[in-house]
Amino acid sequence: MTLVKTSYNRRSFLKTSAAAGGGLLIGFNWLVSCKPTPKQLLEMPEEWFNINSYIKIGNNGVTTIFSANPEIGQNVKTSMPMIVAEELDIDWKKVIVEQTNLNTEKYDRQLAGGSQSIRHGWQGLRMAGATGRRMLLEAAAKEWQVPVSELTTKNGTISHSSGKSAGYGEFAQAASQLSVPEEVELKDPKDFKIIGTPTKNVDGPKLVKGEPLFGLDYNKEGMLIAMIVHAPSFGMKPKSIDDSAVKGMAGIKDVFTIDSATPEGEEASWSETNAFHQLVVIVGNSTWEVMKAKKALKIEWEKVSSSENTVDQISKLDELITQKSDEPRRSDGNTDKAFKNAAKVIEKNYYAPFLAHNTMEPMNFFADVNANKAELVGPIQTPAELRSSVHKYTGIPEENIDVMMTRMGGGFGRRLYGNFGLEAALISKKVNAPVKLIYTREDDMTQGTYRPMYAMKYRAALDKNNKLIGFHVRAAGINSAPLFPDRYPAGTVDNYLAESHSLESNVSTGAWRAPSSNFVAYAEQSFLDEVAEAAGKDPIDFRLELFDRAMTDPVGENNDYDAERYAGVLKMVHEKSNWGEKKEGVYRGVSAYYCHNSYVAQVVDVALNNGEPQIQKIWCVVDCGVVVNPDGAINQVEGGIVDGIGHAMYSALTMTDGKPDQDNFNRYQLIRIKDTPFEIETHFVQNGIDPTGLGEPTLPPISAAVANAMYRAIGKRLTKQPFTQQLKEDVVEPA
Amino acid sequence: MAQFTLNINGKQQQVDVAEDTPLLWVLRDHIKLVGTKYGCGISQCGACTVHLDGTATRSCSIPVSAIGNKKVVTIEGLSKNGDHPVQKAWIEHDVAQCGYCQAGQIMSASALLDKNSNPSDEEIYSAMNGNICRCGTYLRIRSAIHSAASNMNA
Ligand code: FES
Ligand code: FES
Repeated sequence: MTLVKTSYNRRSFLKTSAAAGGGLLIGFNWLVSCKPTPKQLLEMPEEWFNINSYIKIGNNGVTTIFSANPEIGQNVKTSMPMIVAEELDIDWKKVIVEQTNLNTEKYDRQLAGGSQSIRHGWQGLRMAGATGRRMLLEAAAKEWQVPVSELTTKNGTISHSSGKSAGYGEFAQAASQLSVPEEVELKDPKDFKIIGTPTKNVDGPKLVKGEPLFGLDYNKEGMLIAMIVHAPSFGMKPKSIDDSAVKGMAGIKDVFTIDSATPEGEEASWSETNAFHQLVVIVGNSTWEVMKAKKALKIEWEKVSSSENTVDQISKLDELITQKSDEPRRSDGNTDKAFKNAAKVIEKNYYAPFLAHNTMEPMNFFADVNANKAELVGPIQTPAELRSSVHKYTGIPEENIDVMMTRMGGGFGRRLYGNFGLEAALISKKVNAPVKLIYTREDDMTQGTYRPMYAMKYRAALDKNNKLIGFHVRAAGINSAPLFPDRYPAGTVDNYLAESHSLESNVSTGAWRAPSSNFVAYAEQSFLDEVAEAAGKDPIDFRLELFDRAMTDPVGENNDYDAERYAGVLKMVHEKSNWGEKKEGVYRGVSAYYCHNSYVAQVVDVALNNGEPQIQKIWCVVDCGVVVNPDGAINQVEGGIVDGIGHAMYSALTMTDGKPDQDNFNRYQLIRIKDTPFEIETHFVQNGIDPTGLGEPTLPPISAAVANAMYRAIGKRLTKQPFTQQLKEDVVEPA
Repeated sequence: MAQFTLNINGKQQQVDVAEDTPLLWVLRDHIKLVGTKYGCGISQCGACTVHLDGTATRSCSIPVSAIGNKKVVTIEGLSKNGDHPVQKAWIEHDVAQCGYCQAGQIMSASALLDKNSNPSDEEIYSAMNGNICRCGTYLRIRSAIHSAASNMNA
């Protein structure tokens, strides 16, 4: 055990204990119409006692652990409470997990983004559990008149050396009245029993029964349905509306416009990213009635800024990557000289299109807003930001705005930007009734907040001994610059130059699963494969040589990776995949990347089926420190890989005259079960280091591993996403 | 508006809606069975899959007036206690990530197993290719269907 001060995030423990007073009875806060199962009712205690913000214990020992972070499918609703339960030392079977609403007084960082929930929560959650355990021990010691040091806990039971024992439930009331200990002991990771044990998704049984868990499922008495119409093209806004055909339609209550442009004198927050501020709104009784009215509405649009085309966007980006930047993001040594002295120069450009997030559950939100109070319910990755937006736009004080997070049908970054939540609030305020705003798939896909389009130029200089002596990267993106100047291979080459440009556009862009990394990893790891080939080296050996340099004699100071852990995943994937072994008709590619504080290496096997390359198997090695829930973790790894392959192979959002060419899944291709690789073999590095991100890091490198394997299979470097497009374009008809 | 009497999960249900209302919205808005999900509205994603006389059907694309006396089964009616072999296999393999697509996946999978008690990988692919999972849980879906099949045949 390690003794730690409870000062970290201490307010989480203090506030509730104070408020709980003498063992407060707290009702069960079931979301929406979610009823406890008969089994749960049987087990329900008569009284609950609040131990701290994360724990309440019933008089019968049943324990509720609160999950404060938004659940987008990354499984934090299971894995975060597991951490609390571990240190509380309780039987996981007796744990009920309950999602909290937004409460910034009690909880830190109620946000789903950057794969950081577990990393940030780790220490605080352990302490919450350990504090609870300690208070229960103190309560037992007092009652039994024995020193705490003679007591032990196991699975929710306290035992004394004399043989006496009792469950936590017996001491819950007394414990809830104690003050928070100054110091608590944390378990030695080798004693973990819950952390590291495969544990099923706590919502699994409800999901397979179709219970109402999602924002779209939310219902409140008297609730109206609202839909929006945004301009068909970026750079347009509504000019006039003819609602004559709509007003008399069955079930239609109102048609009006809202404007979510930033109020005068206020600053826009990043979470308010939105290309379409002026919206036409239709409110009615039911979804289908509103959908029909939406089609019947006649709106005239006017152009307010440029209408962009994908072809022009590509050529502008292409031009930017030929231009020097006045302010390089990093420059080591003398790159110009290195390239002049080079025996060989390798150069390649890489491209990727806009991508829509396409969460399976389209954007939606419930709002019930009146003069001085707002109730908001729905799928949001940034509930605190949404609350402050609603405050900013309505003037309702933050303490009167309640935000409840529902389970989300996917996030991938889209729900970091809560424009739909704000829109729901503005609509509810206007009609003075509870409203659920629903985007159709078409609204959702054409609304923007896309993964930016990217272009990247790489150059490498080799000397006559095939040593890498110069490396140059120049990045460009729409409204962004996809570059991490201090990541590998920075630090491994004497002469290194990293530059970037951003191309302004009225197409809104945003974070999309593993922002920038999702492209940089592909371009960089594809390029290094080509450099290794030019140097006549095995692609893994080549990378390892560079890591050797970073370990023994790093260039520069700010290198943003641990070369040993990075090399570690590569070595392990080499071993697990039997790299180097020749298999008839099988072509292999490798890739490795570091992002969200985690290290990933992947090997892909591709086989040719009637000349068509097919992905057969993937080996994936991850170093994300301690793995809290191996079952959920493997699911995340597989999901990241399938997602990464799918988007690299098939997906693109293009536009003509500012209008997206794809608005539903008939034109926007997503990976399906047939296209999924047959097998993924996952390994985690066991090193006991505090946990880091897992929801994103397996996505970025996979597209390069695929491209590198494809190259070996078909002799073509895939430099443009989506690959299927490039494969089609590059087909040369035999003469 | 018109009156329709539908057989849903073994119960007769009366609704008063426009004839062209897709079954999906009748279920979700009028009967308050929201397990059936909306994903695309154009038969492309499978999130809205229900059984119509035992056949997997996209409820977003069939108007209520076309149901007649066909039996509709939704995810809520697949089993009494969530213990259909497919539901059990879904839990055993911990298939869900966000979970939004899974009701549709389960309805497609259970309809497949009703007709083919021991599907091959290829047969699973063709029966399930209309169901998108944006989270990429396809490998687990395939394994869970095999498990459910072997449990049903045991
Ligand atoms: S909602 Fe019916 S198939 Fe997508
Ligand atoms: S589990 Fe999220 S879409 Fe399938």
